[in-house]
Amino acid sequence: MIKSGGLWKGIQFRKHKYVGDPQNALRVFSEKMVDELVMLDIEATQENRGPDIDLIKRVANECYMPFAFGGGVKTVEDVGRVLRSGAEKVVIGTATVENPALIEQSANVYGRQSIVASIDYKQDLLGRKRVYIYSGKKRTKMDPLALAVEMEQRGAGEILVTSIMNEGSGKGLDIEFLKSVTQKVEIPVIGSGGVATIEDIVEGIEKSELSAVAVGSLVTFSGPHRSVLINYPTMPWLEE
Amino acid sequence: MKGIIVDLGINNIQSLQHKVARLGVQVEVAERATEIGRADFILLPGVGHFGEAMSRLRDRKIIETLENRVLSDSVPILGICLGMQLFSQVSQEGDVTGLGWIQAKTINLNSENKIIRIPHIGWARIKPVISGENLLLKDIEEKKRFYFVHSYHVKCEDSRDIVSTSVYEDVEFVSCIRKNNIYGTQFHPEKSHRDGMKVVWNFLHCAGLV
Repeated sequence: MIKSGGLWKGIQFRKHKYVGDPQNALRVFSEKMVDELVMLDIEATQENRGPDIDLIKRVANECYMPFAFGGGVKTVEDVGRVLRSGAEKVVIGTATVENPALIEQSANVYGRQSIVASIDYKQDLLGRKRVYIYSGKKRTKMDPLALAVEMEQRGAGEILVTSIMNEGSGKGLDIEFLKSVTQKVEIPVIGSGGVATIEDIVEGIEKSELSAVAVGSLVTFSGPHRSVLINYPTMPWLEE
Repeated sequence: MKGIIVDLGINNIQSLQHKVARLGVQVEVAERATEIGRADFILLPGVGHFGEAMSRLRDRKIIETLENRVLSDSVPILGICLGMQLFSQVSQEGDVTGLGWIQAKTINLNSENKIIRIPHIGWARIKPVISGENLLLKDIEEKKRFYFVHSYHVKCEDSRDIVSTSVYEDVEFVSCIRKNNIYGTQFHPEKSHRDGMKVVWNFLHCAGLV
């Protein structure tokens, strides 16, 4: 029995290089009637630039479903700009570690439902999990579970948890860890990293008690065929 | 045929404009009374606080023009989300009076003696009400879902105004309304895929614009 209270599918759209129009890929996702789109500009934080407002506006023009935008969000003004440009939610990653007060400041002004805290993690050889920031390039000493708890306390509306090891591997979600997160926080947890099949999604929802699963691996503009993964049987099946 | 989207300065209107234009209908963004005074149809979108939105309507001095066009000239208007709530007489959000064009009050989803998580954010079905005007929902199958983001809902006192209802955590609320030339959706049609835009299309069609 799937907990369908807020079953929500997103697509993680990691933009490695802006080589042109996202219009086409967006159109494919719209065609597939995805519930929600997550768009992460992974270069923004490294390049020390703020959110790409023009891009957000263009996506808002073409996107017939809600979308969350992240990448380079550092200040409350950044959050405001992203929301006013047409995104429903803002995803905050690196700042969760470097400036966690941003979460509560933003939640107070814009409401916690607009704020998604994003946590990327890896496990080291000793089995310890550590949070990585700057799109997986910088290791911190933080424990991802502790960070998740802190994010809830500070006012995040949802938490997006990504296993860097699993991502792109197609070996499924890190079920055990995700379950430890959902057991510790009350806000919705979105699991990401490793999804290759519908069964992976179901497993995430049923075993880890996730509210949603983000799917999509590394989608490039030239490979819209990857969206075949998104062609889930949708509603009739999900009702079961 | 020219439409106007009322800009309350709160959020991205351009994307709605872009999407309506895609339906083949010309629509402009406006915040001044003179522009609204020339509209053949009006879209009133809204996100945010009821009190704040009413203030802005007042500050921009457009309430009178809106009333003339909508109530006297019968220009069709579609209120979206907060826009639909603004048609009511009063809202708990800020304890503020609304436009008062429909017999209804805007109240918190929480007030039905239940404590539920708000805001309601997500996809839900809409159930057409038999006695209501259903042309707004023409060709929309009952199992289709629409995207909602709201903490308040419109409680209609005249059931003839109710086009559809939806349910969130056991609370039933009005999701579409129609009173003569005044239409409203609590959901965001521009974020509800094809069926959402079909509802906008139906509004334009009902209003004799397409």
